[in-house]
Amino acid sequence: MKLAGRRTAALLVVVVLAAGAGVWVLWPSGGAPRGVDQRIAVVDGPRDDQRVTIDTTFFPPAGGGKAPAVLLAHGFGGSKRSVRTEAESLADRGYAVLTWSARGFGASTGEIALNSPDYEVKDVRQLVDWLAERPEVLLDAPGDPRVGAAGGSYGGAISLMAAAYDARIDAIVPQITWYDLADALFPDASGRGPENGVFKRMWAALFFSRASDSPLAPGGPGLAAAPSPGPSGAPSDGNAPADGSISAGSPGAVPTPTVSPGAGDRAGRDAQCGRFLPGICDLYLQVAKSGRATPEAVRVLRASSPVSVRGRIRVPTLLIQGKRDSLFPIAHADANARAIAATGAPVEVAWFDGGHDGGDGEPEWVTDRTVGWFERWLKKDTGVSGDAFTVTRDGGRDPGTRRPVLEHAAGDRYPGLSGTKPVPVRLDGGEQEVATPPGGSPAALSSVPGLGALLSGATGVAASLDMPGQVAVFDSAPLAGSLQVTGSPVVRLRVRGTGEVSLFAKVYDVGGPRPLLPQGLVAPFRVTATEEGTPVTVTLPAIDHRLAAGHRLRVAVSTTDMGFTADTDPAVHRVSLADPVVTVPTDPSLRLTGGGVSWTVWVLPLAAAVIAALVLLVGRRRASQGRPGDAEVPLEITGLTKRYRDGELAVDGLSFRVERGQVLGLLGPNGAGKTTTMRMLMGLIHPDAGEIRVFGHPVAPGAPVLSRLGCFVEGPGFLPHLSGRENLRLYWRATGRPEGDAHMAEALEIAALGDALERPVRTYSQGMRQRLAIAQAMLGLPDLLVLDEPTNGLDPPQIAEMRRVLTRYARDGRTVIVSSHLLAEVEQVCDHVVVMHRGRLVAAGRVSDLLVGATSSNGHKARLEEVFLDLIQERS
Amino acid sequence: MTRTGEAMAGTRTDGAVSPGYAPGRTLPLRVEVVRQFKRRRTMVMFGLLLALPWILVVAFALGPAPARPGGFRLSDLATQGGLNFAAFVLSVSASLLLVVAVALFCGDTVASEANWSSLRYLLAAPVPRGRLLRHKLIVALGYSAVAVIALPLMALLAGTVAFGWNDVQLPGTGDVIPAAAVLPRFGIVIGYALVSQLVVAALAFLLSVSTDSPLGAVGGAVGLVIVSTILQAVEALGGLREFLPTFWNTAWLDALVPELDWSGMIRGTALSVTYAVILIALAFRRFRRKDIVS
Repeated sequence: MKLAGRRTAALLVVVVLAAGAGVWVLWPSGGAPRGVDQRIAVVDGPRDDQRVTIDTTFFPPAGGGKAPAVLLAHGFGGSKRSVRTEAESLADRGYAVLTWSARGFGASTGEIALNSPDYEVKDVRQLVDWLAERPEVLLDAPGDPRVGAAGGSYGGAISLMAAAYDARIDAIVPQITWYDLADALFPDASGRGPENGVFKRMWAALFFSRASDSPLAPGGPGLAAAPSPGPSGAPSDGNAPADGSISAGSPGAVPTPTVSPGAGDRAGRDAQCGRFLPGICDLYLQVAKSGRATPEAVRVLRASSPVSVRGRIRVPTLLIQGKRDSLFPIAHADANARAIAATGAPVEVAWFDGGHDGGDGEPEWVTDRTVGWFERWLKKDTGVSGDAFTVTRDGGRDPGTRRPVLEHAAGDRYPGLSGTKPVPVRLDGGEQEVATPPGGSPAALSSVPGLGALLSGATGVAASLDMPGQVAVFDSAPLAGSLQVTGSPVVRLRVRGTGEVSLFAKVYDVGGPRPLLPQGLVAPFRVTATEEGTPVTVTLPAIDHRLAAGHRLRVAVSTTDMGFTADTDPAVHRVSLADPVVTVPTDPSLRLTGGGVSWTVWVLPLAAAVIAALVLLVGRRRASQGRPGDAEVPLEITGLTKRYRDGELAVDGLSFRVERGQVLGLLGPNGAGKTTTMRMLMGLIHPDAGEIRVFGHPVAPGAPVLSRLGCFVEGPGFLPHLSGRENLRLYWRATGRPEGDAHMAEALEIAALGDALERPVRTYSQGMRQRLAIAQAMLGLPDLLVLDEPTNGLDPPQIAEMRRVLTRYARDGRTVIVSSHLLAEVEQVCDHVVVMHRGRLVAAGRVSDLLVGATSSNGHKARLEEVFLDLIQERS
Repeated sequence: MTRTGEAMAGTRTDGAVSPGYAPGRTLPLRVEVVRQFKRRRTMVMFGLLLALPWILVVAFALGPAPARPGGFRLSDLATQGGLNFAAFVLSVSASLLLVVAVALFCGDTVASEANWSSLRYLLAAPVPRGRLLRHKLIVALGYSAVAVIALPLMALLAGTVAFGWNDVQLPGTGDVIPAAAVLPRFGIVIGYALVSQLVVAALAFLLSVSTDSPLGAVGGAVGLVIVSTILQAVEALGGLREFLPTFWNTAWLDALVPELDWSGMIRGTALSVTYAVILIALAFRRFRRKDIVS
């Protein structure tokens, strides 16, 4: 039965493993939905007279049927191939996905018009028309497909613009994108608009140079693999180093220019403008040279921005903006959110660890949120719900790897950039002189476009550098408690001097190994200084950052920043605080998500309890409940069999019986099964067959009748650190019987240890332990005493004494069983013997009978030894 | 088996048992506590646990921590006060020293009896097998718990003597919480440290039942902890790592942040209890069916 159980268990393990492997192999692996390439001819332009071919790929929904569609747009410098992975994952989740290369990118014809309503937006409207014809796409009305739009950066802006101009779009997820392109390129933190802004020259240059970088050029596929914004979206837009295509900005690798129709006559301009629309190219060349936004430039850039369509985007919108984004900082998502929410449309905002400056990118999280949004608003799955506001924070370190992990804090209300609980922080510092260096060099460093990820590394600590003499510093006192900033702090400054000056305000966290510029962000502003002091209110960069207790909040105002056009005329201005209190936005209502209690918390322990119960209950042995036998028979063994695991038959059908008052010798050569029999008698091992009865009661492990048995088998067993007396005392207490029944004094007398009784047992000799063990067996004067080789290690006087003890013990009606290989010994002590050989009973009976039956050949009185040898030889 | 055996014995008067014998009275917890207490390994382990905080105090006194401005690691904050010091001592000892202590108490308990051969005399006394195992488990867990509790308490004493009874500065953020307010959280920390060691205890106990070599049982349990710690550094395992027995062992740090965060500790507790219940059930099953041949 045991063997069968073992085999069943093994079989079960094999079955489970095989099933697991099968599931592993057969688990739906997504079936990789194959995209269908399609060139779609569209007509656009201000007068609808330009014919352009848009290169698209359509991914039918996995599982077939009619499904909502998703327009998935790529970032600047990318193509439809940049978003293939994301498109496949959306198609897997049951959406019809259309990706396309925007005009001027990839294999599409036409020129880049920066998401202009006259060009790109018209293209997208015709793509929606095309979708409405597809049999796979679910329709809300004839010609009106159920469709969402998503994309990062350039693709995010087209999602917003298309939603404004095409009412058929039902939900959008724009990521790391702009609200006002003019403001993004000419920011002014004092709120006086892009005409007054400071030119973000490095980003602008990178942005425009990307236009000539065809994704068909070497390095293109690297971009194409981009699954989502962040480190992957950033390459296509921000030329981040991740894809190794920094080449766009370096002269060594000028990409193959793609000749656009109608542009062939300006071959020389290709290198300069790439595939830009000539009008836009001219505009860029003009503003890049002067560093100032012309009204015409602002007008054109704003036409391509959601700021021009305020109130026209009325669809559910999930805005995902990067915390590491000096090109389109969080304020752009905030402005979009406010504009869209004002129409009454549902809006959720997330600040994730990504953006044009790098960061983690959180591709899985972004995909999950995007899909969740479409599930809710396209598939109308009301069970899906997100948080109105989510921000990614540093979650300390992974308990296993000790590597940084991210966590998400969320609230059911979007707090905006001014937070729900403004905390005033008082700054110190008098008026300080700041010099504008001639030529604007050397310049302070906050973040370098396209290199953000390199500089900040995996630690998320942005490298920043201020030039001495160029910066005014205002510090708070050490903070009493930690301060979690979520939003844009506002500071009021006063600038003295003459003339116009560009200044760059930053918030530092001071107190660590070096001052930390959270998210590498800087707020530029231009101010016309006067001798009496020009007051200016500066909205500092929107950040989410925790200042530890004891750290200081620092506002620094610098005259230069490498990323921006600097004033080139040397000058000195004086900067002071108009108001010593800086207002710091916080939102204490944000709570961590995700780390919440998962179902495994309840299921695992319950399952464990069930498994434990099964483990304990299945396969229980039934205690043999035979009728009580003769209570007067100390020991009766019938048909006892034990086979060890190696197959050796240790005891084979042994039967014998011991009567009250007998001293029985159990004889047999080594390996005869004597010890095994005794172990079964003690309930230590389970017999395979047969039965042992002690005083009529069957013996099983722990059978109460064993309390009438005293035994000494295979050597003594004591706790070596305790004295002999303590060992006996604790043993007796372990039996739970009354102290008075122990007859301790008599036992100790037999042990005859004298003073050694108080010494730890580990100091005892073999003989002393032996005597102590026999004394332990005799504690409580058991009715049946079983001794295995009791005279081992005893000297002759002790052997003689032991013999007397045993004889006396049996005289009082008690029974003694002695196993020994010293035959002379047995002959002197025992009145009965049982002879075993190879697990079988060879002979049993009175010693005298055995001796009589074996008449000696030479006439002498037979000795037990001879009889024994005869018996064994007969059997072998 | 044990329960029915015990119940039956209470009513039997027909000479099936020796007078005064009742299975329900065998191997009282008191006796087992005494049997284990005088062992040298018990003494040495407790001596080590109680001395460690003082050794660390001396170490901090000899080599003052380099001034790391704004460093809010536990080790940077250790000298801020008694409670900070106790948290630090717990953090450095929980991963190995306490594991060894718990593995020792639980892994050695049955295996050493088998090794000394005293196990067979207890079983033949007879102490019912289930009862023997139950009482040995209770006593071993008790010693483990005393060890896990004694260390931070001694650290609290040593730290308070050496650095004073100050408010607690939290690791990571440096926020200060009044000492009185943080005491209940300290209780949570110790409680969680106890629960998270349950896996080690249960595994050591199962091994103890399965082998006659005490060293094998203790080493096996410690070895598993080491393997699990190595595995959880393999990020490729992803979410599977959350089911490694040691994954949540540092979750008690979540009790020392401004906003007490239960989630990690709850998951850790669930996992710990899960493993422990199954391992202990296996230990009982195994022991019940085992042939005692030592």
